[in-house]
Amino acid sequence: MKLLELLGYFNYWVFAIILTVGLYAVISKSNLIKKLIGLSIFQSAVFLMYITMDKVEGGTAPIIQAGVKDQIFSNPLPQVLILTAIVVGVSTLALGLAMVVRINECYGTIEENEILDAD
Amino acid sequence: MDLLAHLPALQVIVPMLSAPLIVLLQPRGLAWAGATASALVSFAIAITLTLAVLDGQTLEYAMGGWPAPFGITLAVDALTALMLLIVTGASAVALLAAKPSIDQQIELERQPLFYSAWLLALSGLVGIVVAADAFNIFVFMEISSLASYILIAGGPDRRALPAVFKYLMMGTIGATFYLIGVGLIYMMTGTLNMADMEARLGDVTDINPVLVAAGFITIGLALKAAVFPLHVWVPNAYTHAPHMVTVFLAACATKVALYVLIRFDYMIFQAALDGHQIQFALFAMPLAILGILVASAVAMFEGHLKRLLASSSIAQIGYILLGASFVSIAGLSASAAHLFNHALAKGGLFLAVACLAYQYRDLRLSQLGGASTRMPWTCAAFVVCGLSLIGVPGTAGFISKWLLINAALGSGAWGWALVAIILLSSLMAVVYVWRIVEALYFLPPKEGEVAVSEAPMQLLIITGLVAVLNIYFGLFPQVPLDLANSAAVLLVEGTK
Repeated sequence: MKLLELLGYFNYWVFAIILTVGLYAVISKSNLIKKLIGLSIFQSAVFLMYITMDKVEGGTAPIIQAGVKDQIFSNPLPQVLILTAIVVGVSTLALGLAMVVRINECYGTIEENEILDAD
Repeated sequence: MDLLAHLPALQVIVPMLSAPLIVLLQPRGLAWAGATASALVSFAIAITLTLAVLDGQTLEYAMGGWPAPFGITLAVDALTALMLLIVTGASAVALLAAKPSIDQQIELERQPLFYSAWLLALSGLVGIVVAADAFNIFVFMEISSLASYILIAGGPDRRALPAVFKYLMMGTIGATFYLIGVGLIYMMTGTLNMADMEARLGDVTDINPVLVAAGFITIGLALKAAVFPLHVWVPNAYTHAPHMVTVFLAACATKVALYVLIRFDYMIFQAALDGHQIQFALFAMPLAILGILVASAVAMFEGHLKRLLASSSIAQIGYILLGASFVSIAGLSASAAHLFNHALAKGGLFLAVACLAYQYRDLRLSQLGGASTRMPWTCAAFVVCGLSLIGVPGTAGFISKWLLINAALGSGAWGWALVAIILLSSLMAVVYVWRIVEALYFLPPKEGEVAVSEAPMQLLIITGLVAVLNIYFGLFPQVPLDLANSAAVLLVEGTK
């Protein structure tokens, strides 16, 4: 029973694991592109959390149909929210990559320790 | 509806819509004029809103006419008005003075995009302040952050790029933590509207997710607000940014995150969680004290003018957090007053730095010799703002430090120790401000150097004006104090 309860939170476990994996990459890697990849993984974990919480068991898309009564709907709001958050994440990634390009132009490297040595 | 009723929305919309428009302006030199006009309009709106809420009422605005729990609302109360004044004021003042400095640092072709990013940063910051919806705050936070990354990286200094990259990493992690927290609260309450959240959290039976949310939101916002020890992105970002960007961001960017933190904590968590006041105090007070002492000590030994002032900013964030950690009306009004006064003092100091930087390439203290004879007005303004930063009587900084000391004395048996810490850090501020004054006034000029003269009139007049304001608000602090008081009453009473 205990185990099933834990497995019932499968998505949330995955959320926590992906979140940590992303954060670890951000902290431990010195290559700036790898850091950005880590950041993207970190952000996608949150997308998973939002998508998970909107699911209602047996629920379907919230569309009102003629003749269908007492239908259970999943909550559409978190999906809308996370769509916005995905856009934000993509913009952040794009800006981060642009910064890496500029850093590479100015320093000739994208390794963090070499950049620190250069100044 | 008359125009006044729409002002909360216009506050955000004016800079946001003018941002793309000024890119189209021809010739390119007009971009500055357009951006400044837009910033001044924002400032005027903020003043009008402040006058409307000065008697303690709250303005609410339902976007698109949809009422509160379903639609998105904007709300303006006393604390909001105070923050609006700081943000729009800092932006308007910095832009008014900016042209000579920006012309020197950023080539003409890129200027329209630069000013456009500036207005986006402004609209994002203003949006965070007026939004009454937790998710909207996240979106505006990212708008302002993305725009300020561009602003900081826009200058000629290549060291700004790694600094911005670090800021981007930490800022995104902070914002994502905030997003996780908001998600957890939404999971438990089914609402994003902050007032509604407060009401519904009372009925939540399983409080653990809310506790986790409080942790995520507090850490995320503390990262954005550069609370010690999450401040490591600040010194480099402020030091290598274009000088006028430093004026704007140092005066308001981290304070906005701190404002959201205080608002969330007081309005939502303290009402919903048992014993959260004590948890918050025990979390915030040690960090505030450490931040004040460590950052002041770092500033005492720092050799670069801008980096020194950036370290001092971290210490000042500590003061604001310290006031908030007392969880009392006196403490909060000291915090709110210090938000305003520090913006005034640090804005003035960085303006003076921009004046110096117009003539001096190298801003290390050892290179600034003879500045007082060549740039007497700039140095005078610097000294006045420096005194305000220290908290000398007669300047704005004194008012909030006095309030903070009073609040510390009223906070319990440990009050005396806190007062000792505040006095000690003020002495440290005397040391680091004195080191700058020594460099400006007593260091002999470098030999074989071309004679430099005063900064351009436009820059100088605005800098002088801010210095005068530092004295004015030290002698007549009524308006910011009224706002700070009613903000504090609103926040503390709201938790009961």
